[in-house]
Amino acid sequence: MQIGKEEIEHVAKLARLEISEAEREAFSQQLSSILTYMEKLKPVNTDEVEPTATVLEQTNVFREDKARACLPVEKALANAPESEAGHFQVPRILEDR
Amino acid sequence: MNVAYEAVIGLEVHAQLRTQAKMFCACGTTFGLSANTQTCPICLGMPGILPVINRQAVEMAIRTGLALSCTIRSQNRFARKNYFYPDLPKGYQISQYEAPICEHGWVETYVNRVPKRIQIRRAHLEEDAGKNIHVSGSSHSRVDLNRAGIPLLEIVTEPDMRSADEVVAYLKSLRDILMYLEVCDGNMEEGSLRCEPNLSLRPVGQQGLGTKVELKNINSFKFVREALEYEIKRQTKVLDEGRSVQQETRLWDAEKGVTVTMRSKEDAHDYRYFPDPDLVPLHIAQDWVEELRKTMPELPSARQKRFVTEHGLPDYDAGVLTSSKPLADYFEHCVKLFGQPKTVSNWVMGELLRELKNTGTSAANSPVSPERLVSLLRLVEDRTVSLKVAREIFPELYASGKAPEHIVKEGGLTQVSDEASLEKMIDDVLAKNPAQLAQYRGGKEEVLGFFVGQVMKASGGKANPGKVNELLKKKLAG
Repeated sequence: MQIGKEEIEHVAKLARLEISEAEREAFSQQLSSILTYMEKLKPVNTDEVEPTATVLEQTNVFREDKARACLPVEKALANAPESEAGHFQVPRILEDR
Repeated sequence: MNVAYEAVIGLEVHAQLRTQAKMFCACGTTFGLSANTQTCPICLGMPGILPVINRQAVEMAIRTGLALSCTIRSQNRFARKNYFYPDLPKGYQISQYEAPICEHGWVETYVNRVPKRIQIRRAHLEEDAGKNIHVSGSSHSRVDLNRAGIPLLEIVTEPDMRSADEVVAYLKSLRDILMYLEVCDGNMEEGSLRCEPNLSLRPVGQQGLGTKVELKNINSFKFVREALEYEIKRQTKVLDEGRSVQQETRLWDAEKGVTVTMRSKEDAHDYRYFPDPDLVPLHIAQDWVEELRKTMPELPSARQKRFVTEHGLPDYDAGVLTSSKPLADYFEHCVKLFGQPKTVSNWVMGELLRELKNTGTSAANSPVSPERLVSLLRLVEDRTVSLKVAREIFPELYASGKAPEHIVKEGGLTQVSDEASLEKMIDDVLAKNPAQLAQYRGGKEEVLGFFVGQVMKASGGKANPGKVNELLKKKLAG
């Protein structure tokens, strides 16, 4: 399976990664070869197999609806590159969602 | 030239569930706390954290699904919806994708008193994002993550609505249901109920759908109507001019009363959903659903029907009274004490509702308790005060919180029924109005109303109108 440079560019953009022209070329080849290798699984008949999202057998792990003490604001903001007046500070957002 | 268009509208509603704790962690869910004081490593998205599902949120989703006549899915998984935004600490939102917890339901509503059924496509559980705050003139924005991780139920309709009226009616019915279930406080201004309509136009009679526009940033019923009406006009103009509508997301600007482009189709997100490996599957057994079904309250539509059959109210009264659970409870409390449902309904829908609206108060917190209102109705019933006086003192009753008996006594408002006093007033009125008296005697009997009015006026509204009528007729005949 071939992953072209355009797709590499698209995925990099979604992941907010800046990559060079050389990397684009290299990733295109590497990802294509990985996916080609995975194609070996294609002949296996999976008609009767449910898609597997977990190998754990556990289900229904819950927490009860009880609120507990939260982090103090200084701790919540401790790892923020920038903060001000009890808020995380980020570059100006032009359009709201 | 002038093609007639039909609007096709669907609605996505995000309802914040009224749990104590967040969806996947033990932080509280209080609105309006000072910024970033309601967070923990889980909702901050710290490395190595593990989310755990809040059981109560799942139960609220199931109960809502039952109220919306949905099928409840037995095998559930949560998925990661991936995108970058400053209010989303993990870089993904935990949501449900191809397998929502509730599907294929409906809401029955009334549009201008005509019943209409709106199909529900799906409702799924997810976590809320934080809040971005824009400081005007600043080169930065701020982020408050208190809201991040609060459970949301996203409720999506089929494109079944054809006008702003229908959307508002559906939204009100849905909000009533959520509030009856006590799963959401329904507060649009505070953002605990948010709605995002999508709208397209097509020539009347055409089956296929036109190009769809999504609307955001609508935080009141008034704005829902205004935004939709604006957008229908805008798209009609675009089509009439022979241009085509662009598929995009538009923001409602409440100040200017217009919608503006926010995001075009080219910038549309590519969310790359995949099952969240941090959460094990959620299985909802039929037993669990049945157990919850037993806890379902009477819903607004059923209660409305019962008010008609059990209390003999007109459809209209039943609809107004059941539109809010506290108001319906208030009404039934009064009826239990006093009987006479139609009399109670008139007072609750008239005097009480007007004061509640003026003061922005819920019937649950009414300064006039059902007991107090019933005391007032008893004063009218035993003719201690006239209906007119009772209506006039209601605002004082509401504002002061005093007992009605007290207000009547203080104001000397007791109704005058003794014949001697009334006869004296009548004689005065007849003596002062010889012209009208002559008219009456000449056969113009409708002048009786004039005399009643004059006597009532002379008594300061305190005369018993039934008695006045009776005595007047006797006098005029004699």
